[in-house]
Amino acid sequence: MRLGVILDITRTHLISKLKQTSIAAFGVTFGIGTFIILMSFMSGLNQLLDGLILNRTPHVHIFSDIERNESQPALLLYPEELHTIHSIKPKAAKYGIHNAHPIINELEELDNVRGVAPQVTAKVFYLAGAIELNGIINGISVQEEMRLFNFGDYIIKGNAEALQKTSNGILLGAGLAKKMSVDIGNRVQLRTATGEVISLRIIGIYQSGLAEFDNIQGYANIGTVQRLLGEGPNFYSDINVKLKNMEESVKLAQAIEKVFGVTAIDIYQANAQFETGTSIRNLITYAVSITLLIVAGFGIYNILNMLIYEKMNDIAILKATGFSGSDVKLIFISQSFIIGLVGGLLGLIMGFGISVLIDNAPFETEALPTIKTFPVNFDPLYYVAGMIFAMISTFFAGYLPAKKAEKVDPVDIIRGQ
Amino acid sequence: MDDYILHTEKLNKYFTDPVSFHVLKDINLKVKKGEFASVVGKSGCGKSTLLYILSTMDTNYQGSLFIKNKLVTGKTPNELARIRSENIGFVFQFHYLLPEFSVLDNVMMPARKLGRKSYDEIREDALEKLRLLDILNEADKKASRISGGQKQRVSIARALINDPIMIMGDEPTGNLDSKNANNVFNIFKSLSDSVGLSLLIVTHDMDFANKTDRIIEMGDGEIIS
Repeated sequence: MRLGVILDITRTHLISKLKQTSIAAFGVTFGIGTFIILMSFMSGLNQLLDGLILNRTPHVHIFSDIERNESQPALLLYPEELHTIHSIKPKAAKYGIHNAHPIINELEELDNVRGVAPQVTAKVFYLAGAIELNGIINGISVQEEMRLFNFGDYIIKGNAEALQKTSNGILLGAGLAKKMSVDIGNRVQLRTATGEVISLRIIGIYQSGLAEFDNIQGYANIGTVQRLLGEGPNFYSDINVKLKNMEESVKLAQAIEKVFGVTAIDIYQANAQFETGTSIRNLITYAVSITLLIVAGFGIYNILNMLIYEKMNDIAILKATGFSGSDVKLIFISQSFIIGLVGGLLGLIMGFGISVLIDNAPFETEALPTIKTFPVNFDPLYYVAGMIFAMISTFFAGYLPAKKAEKVDPVDIIRGQ
Repeated sequence: MDDYILHTEKLNKYFTDPVSFHVLKDINLKVKKGEFASVVGKSGCGKSTLLYILSTMDTNYQGSLFIKNKLVTGKTPNELARIRSENIGFVFQFHYLLPEFSVLDNVMMPARKLGRKSYDEIREDALEKLRLLDILNEADKKASRISGGQKQRVSIARALINDPIMIMGDEPTGNLDSKNANNVFNIFKSLSDSVGLSLLIVTHDMDFANKTDRIIEMGDGEIIS
């Protein structure tokens, strides 16, 4: 009963001042709506950019680095003496990974490994008529690359899987294909550093979005590249490992280095800058959103404050006729609560609506061949957070003026007239 | 001990702002059941101040205030609000209705807050009070849409809704023409006679005061007669 009459008063106040209350509610709507749009859009973009790097970056990259031998014969012979050795040069060695097959087998058996994709990389010249272009040919296992590194997403023409079936096909980087004026179905000749020449048929065009790759890179079967180099079937230059949980990459990389005597680099080492970028973008997004909500909160504070000044007489009457200070406080707090609730819900709808519009807006860029529209992340968490923010900020904005109304002395008002 | 509706013992009040000023000096006032009393005096003699202390709205005083022989001095604001709504009805010079609510809602409000009866019973009561004051026709109008004399009758109806033992008025006729003022007096008089309601009315209007049972005259913070 008591709550009923208080809510009646609240409702009547809100309805009779519809213009002011709706302006206050729109303030919240705008704040929450913008918060959701900003969060969805920014995190969509973050995911896209992260994906761009993370999807194609192996969690652990194993290769055999050229290193100077630290244990020189003189050191072994006279371990107690002081040595000065000039001009130590690295030993001539094959650049492939020594004993690659056992490493691959071992890794594939591990529980937390999602997949292992070995590669053979070779420097070649691409021959087109009179010109020779510096380039790289990667021998890959297409199916594994597609499964682990979304390789298929970057094929803009032709079909990646066709590579599996042919031993003389090549997927050519888009920039490279343009330079050589060749397209699917044409043949392109490759020459290795040792003078071997091989002719391959273009079965697809690859575009990663990073020009420095697209201008030099080509992909063929592992076997094709091994043959080109004159190596056997267990020659691999790189092994890329994808884990189930990215966090474990550091530990695994260290273990691999220790056990197999190869170089293993984890994703954090390879892309230290990328995490920093993501967290700073998130920080900026949160800062802007919270600022918006605080501004909306000041709007509510202002309007409720004004409302209370206008309603001084009403407050005095209510108190004179038996309403306590806390009843009056409740009236004004429930008003701000309703403003927050209605404004917040409208904000969620607005945020969702505009996010859908953005999600469908065309966004085509050469750098990102798979993206056709703006990326938006529809995470329900942002909607929950938005609503919580709305309720908290309106509660505080309403609490202070309501506290003031609670303290109004009816005698002052009634006698003041 | 006599059966007083309301009495005070050595009531003193000081204003400290802007300068210290002794407004009420040792007020000992007693109001019996069914008594229709008026408080008169010059402006600034403290009669309104006294009324607001008696109404329990002003708690900043020295001395003791009893309602129905029970001490109310020193109770918490929430307890006072309840005592007020159960025992005392108010009529002010300015009508002080809630302008956005209907006449009926205004009259019902104090009873709904007190919550002794159901909504329907309160509604019945309110309509009854409005009929008594001859403004039943205006029940569904907004309070801001009726005339000054009607507003004052509505505020009397509101003062009566919780069946108080006492009505207090601060110049209830001060803003009305003589016809309406007379009307209000007659209503008060009949309430006093028929229901046995006590009334304590602060007024400037000597015509009004002369017609009441008892005139309490104040001067310089003291009761003269």
